[in-house]
Amino acid sequence: MGGFEPKVIGFCCNWCAYAGADLAGISRIQYPPNLRMIRVMCSGTIDPLYILEAFQKGADGVFIGGCHPGDCHYMAGNYKTRRKVSLVKRLLSQLGVSPQRIRLEWVSAAEGQAFAQVVTDFIEKVKELGPSPLNQESARHG
Amino acid sequence: MDKKIKLAIGLGSTCAGCDIAILDLNEKILVLASLAEIVFWPTAMDFKLSDLERIGKNEIDISLQHGTIRTSEQEHIAHLLRERSKVMIAFGSCSCFGGIPGLCNLTSKEAIFETVYRDTPSTVNPDFITPKTEVKEGGYLLTLPELYEEGKALPQVVDVDYYLPGCPPAVELIDRLLPIIAKFLETGELPPKGMVIASDKTLCDECPLTKENKMISKIFRPHEIIPDPKRCLLEQGILCMGPATRGGCGARCINALMPCRGCMGPTAEVKDQGAKMISAIASILGVENEKDLSEDEVEKLVNQIKDPVGTFYRFTLPVALINRRIKEGS
Repeated sequence: MGGFEPKVIGFCCNWCAYAGADLAGISRIQYPPNLRMIRVMCSGTIDPLYILEAFQKGADGVFIGGCHPGDCHYMAGNYKTRRKVSLVKRLLSQLGVSPQRIRLEWVSAAEGQAFAQVVTDFIEKVKELGPSPLNQESARHG
Repeated sequence: MDKKIKLAIGLGSTCAGCDIAILDLNEKILVLASLAEIVFWPTAMDFKLSDLERIGKNEIDISLQHGTIRTSEQEHIAHLLRERSKVMIAFGSCSCFGGIPGLCNLTSKEAIFETVYRDTPSTVNPDFITPKTEVKEGGYLLTLPELYEEGKALPQVVDVDYYLPGCPPAVELIDRLLPIIAKFLETGELPPKGMVIASDKTLCDECPLTKENKMISKIFRPHEIIPDPKRCLLEQGILCMGPATRGGCGARCINALMPCRGCMGPTAEVKDQGAKMISAIASILGVENEKDLSEDEVEKLVNQIKDPVGTFYRFTLPVALINRRIKEGS
């Protein structure tokens, strides 16, 4: 898997993880460029469909950044995210996709360094896992 | 009435419950008989594939096909019917979305053959002989249809005009089909293509039970609890697919206090029934003091759902976004 550069889709909450990414940016903290970030108003708005569709359209991993428990801007959005992600992970493992391809992390707006760290970790992990089996599948069927 | 339409009923991988559903029209079957001349219906009458092959292009007015497409013969029937029919209707959940036989996408043809022709305790087959599509025996060539790797919904194989979901379709819905056939016979007019003969709203919309917006922390299987007959089943902890399922079935299961299993498929706006249902479950599956919950405890809460794919995609796996089991690292 020498030259494999994974495509990772990141859904980041406007109030925390996205601001954390911003902070990482203005602090010039380096992290791999494999993350394609999508800002959402709350991690709770992430429909399981978004995750499945990301994989179906060729993502090798999906990163979700939300607020720490107790800090949700909308009271309980992150708790719903937590349950959704846990269920989607089980669903994907039943379908033969490693649940390690999804990573849910709590990152506050003040944690630029932590954001860069968890993203780096996750991309490392996805590199280890190799290309998504769904991509190999679509390559096989043309 | 002198003029009759020509009606064909074809089948894929099916339990024939859809045929029974048509017969369940009871005395209205006479209305059907007065409207239609049946030119192909192997389950109910003596028809052979050659009878269908003899019919010319567009000679059948309306054809219904039920069952998942899983073998070469079933695919052949679907193509034959499509070519010979002016209107083709996917009849029943298997045909509309792949149905329960569509769960075969979680395994492979190879694994099925190994289980059925080798591993079951009652099987003695040391040479592991499995069905072949062609075998020469005593100078004769014997053939069998090929079993495909995947089960497919009818619209994944041929162009479909209308959908009539349900496992089996509710008699009230088949009833709605009769005036459509009658109108077609009289005026040649048809409803817009792609119409689903059912409700446009979710089952929750027509559910007779009362919702109280309660959270649940424990999930029960139907046999583990005697539900309150007036309250929402989901809010009593029984997994009910109502929030992610199309209505129009008359809430048959709910009225018998059994949870919805999702046979009517998703509503028009929903791309993936299972994803929608995960959303719905995640919203109500909660406990107090969520803030201090560890990841393990969240997992424990969620792990009460034993079989996510089989529960959330019971009838719709072949049309889901990720519609089959894939092997990681293969």
